[in-house]
Amino acid sequence: MATVTYEKASRIYPGTDAPAVDNLDLHIEDGEFLVLVGPSGCGKSTSLRMLAGLEDVDTGSIKIGERDVTHIPPKDRDIAMVFQNYALYPHMSVADNMGFALKIASVKKDEIRRRVGDAAKLLDLEDYLDRKPKALSGGQRQRVAMGRAIVREPQVFLMDEPLSNLDAKLRVSTRTQIASLQRRLGITTVYVTHDQVEAMTMGDRVCVLKDGVLQQADTPLNLYDKPANVFVAGFIGSPAMNIGTFKLEDGHAHLGEAKIPLTRNTVAAVADEGSSELTLGFRPESLEPASKGADGVFPVIVDVVEELGSDAYLYGEAAGAAADDPAASLQSSTIIARVEPRNVPKKGETVYVKVKTGEEHAFSVKTGERLPS
Amino acid sequence: MHFPADVVTWPPVWGTMANVELRIRATPAEQQALLDLPWDVPLAEWPDIHLVALPRGISRHVVRFTRLDGRVYALKEVVERLANHEYQLLRALERLDAPAVEAVGVVTGRQSVAGEPLDPILVTRHLQFSLPYRALFSRMMRRDTVDRLIDALAVLLARMHLLGFYWGDCSLSNTLFRRDAGAFAAYLVDAETGEFHNTLTDGQRGHDIEIARISIAGELMDLYAGGYLDDTVDPVATSEQVVDRYAELWLELTDWEAFDVTERWRIAKRVERLNDLGFDVAELETVTDVGGRTVHLQPKVVDSGHHTRRLLRLTGIDAQENQARRLLNDLDSYRMAKDMGGEDEAVVAYHWVREAYEPVLRAVPPEMRGKLEGPEIYHEVLEHRWHISEQRDAEVPIMAAAASYVDGVLRNKPDEHAVLEVSSPDVDEIQP
Repeated sequence: MATVTYEKASRIYPGTDAPAVDNLDLHIEDGEFLVLVGPSGCGKSTSLRMLAGLEDVDTGSIKIGERDVTHIPPKDRDIAMVFQNYALYPHMSVADNMGFALKIASVKKDEIRRRVGDAAKLLDLEDYLDRKPKALSGGQRQRVAMGRAIVREPQVFLMDEPLSNLDAKLRVSTRTQIASLQRRLGITTVYVTHDQVEAMTMGDRVCVLKDGVLQQADTPLNLYDKPANVFVAGFIGSPAMNIGTFKLEDGHAHLGEAKIPLTRNTVAAVADEGSSELTLGFRPESLEPASKGADGVFPVIVDVVEELGSDAYLYGEAAGAAADDPAASLQSSTIIARVEPRNVPKKGETVYVKVKTGEEHAFSVKTGERLPS
Repeated sequence: MHFPADVVTWPPVWGTMANVELRIRATPAEQQALLDLPWDVPLAEWPDIHLVALPRGISRHVVRFTRLDGRVYALKEVVERLANHEYQLLRALERLDAPAVEAVGVVTGRQSVAGEPLDPILVTRHLQFSLPYRALFSRMMRRDTVDRLIDALAVLLARMHLLGFYWGDCSLSNTLFRRDAGAFAAYLVDAETGEFHNTLTDGQRGHDIEIARISIAGELMDLYAGGYLDDTVDPVATSEQVVDRYAELWLELTDWEAFDVTERWRIAKRVERLNDLGFDVAELETVTDVGGRTVHLQPKVVDSGHHTRRLLRLTGIDAQENQARRLLNDLDSYRMAKDMGGEDEAVVAYHWVREAYEPVLRAVPPEMRGKLEGPEIYHEVLEHRWHISEQRDAEVPIMAAAASYVDGVLRNKPDEHAVLEVSSPDVDEIQP
């Protein structure tokens, strides 16, 4: 068990200009389940591989506990990479299959027995220890593979998109298994995925990366409620947040017919940076139906309604959002709003909505950073 | 193209397989044959009539073999992402002339008769005359056989690493072996976990060899548990051999060596050592220090297959590295025996093929040609001649040796043209 610390760690592939991982500063607590997430090419896998020792750390350092492992080979870092590949040996029992790496490392017999026993209990394989792999189901065989990593009692577990190669059915059940296993084991785990839903459901904290730079490392709830910049705001949450560039005029953000009131702090922050515009975001569930004409209410022309039973979402155009006005634009011209599933509007209808008070997210149009509210 | 299930107006291209998007790059004959397979059935349920032997051991995925028009193909049922990834890697390895199985294609868009989606299937060509390691111990695996397998694996891994290929799953099970004049040549079978990089970091190479070490130990322990391993073989010590062999080889292939400027002959010596190991050096880099006294040397571009290439160039015979070395030695002996010392080597080669090599191969009756590859037979005949000459204490002429070999040795060997599995416990131990 141990903490993991990246200290201004960078990786620059030879022959390239831009670092694949740029000055990463990250401290992971003992026993934490930390997820690295981001779009393809963001540096999440490279960061994990730097911790594993598979990628060089060109500048900066990486520590596991108090130990600087920056230049230590993978096998000496006391980490375990889970789900890389596993082959079950047909003539050996499940117990021997789980413990054979310990045997190779000359660990004492009773120690092996204890570790294998403990792991089998956790993995619900106790009844199968003396059986041959042939007797196991697909899911059980995968658990034996997990068992191999568990019995090594490493300081850190590393997982690089372990669910991506599983079929959909196995993916959901394995996801739950991994999360619950980690909670019971309490071993520090660093997990990489490109799927933000997976990240949000599994992580104690989630780190969002883009172009090699850490955007925000926070609990799923904080990422959702207080995204640190525009990128995080648009990446986290499904359906995505509505984001647009608005003009600032008399304390309101203007776009087309929308006039959304802003707090004094936000207005001051925009003025301070010398801008007349800001980027504003609001989640689909932050829009509520309102009466035409009231402060902050704006019309949306409905295009499509998605009815999911428990929820419904309307996809529409903000009325008056002029395509030829470069100063006023939405990142996509579609507005997504969550609506009452039992009372959905019709296609072509104009609905009036407003952003629930305090649920707007304001970002600097210059830096993309979150503005005070 | 993907035909939607409810569009009935398209003329069904392959009967019930109208929804199958078959992507296969193969010879026209292979294409036709592959189309006849039951793609709308889960691989695990394919009827025996389409299959040859079931692989022993537990793979992560369903794997089957099929024989079409005399050629054997391996089929692996796996999720699309993995199938495509592996297909691309195998094709890239093929373009680099790396020792790996050849990918034929990925069959996607499969649907069962009931309309349920089925995972794609990756199709690869089975390597002729190759052996899975388990076939080498039908009875008992001997110490020296194990040693040679480990050596072959170390060479394979070093070759892959030179190409910038990280394997991620090097093991005996993921390799096929071909006889190579007393040794083995190893070929990569499973590229699922592979990655290409410009160069591999020390961490990647180290991790790859560590995976190999642990996998080999596990596989040998498994053989032991199954009663297939001679107790002179220590799984752990043997697995460590792969690390040592790889390290030696890697050093020879890539290390900087330093020597005094007067010892320039060391350059030729380095190249010679690499040639002996079966590698050609296309480029070297030397750096002379400021004082001009010390030279540092590193091979830069190293290709394996030095002897293979030379034999091919001289004779047109395609052989494994060791076989090629053996045949080239025989060619040299022939040159001396026929007193052709002053002749152009291409001329000598021409005569050797017509007067030494081909007659020996012709001595093998057609029905026995599936037992071993040509160059391997020639090597064994040379060995056999040496043995019986010793026994009789007199030089046995080559054609007499060939006849004796065919009757006394080859006749009793199993066919190795396509060995997938050892089907009967009574098959004799395959001698290295």
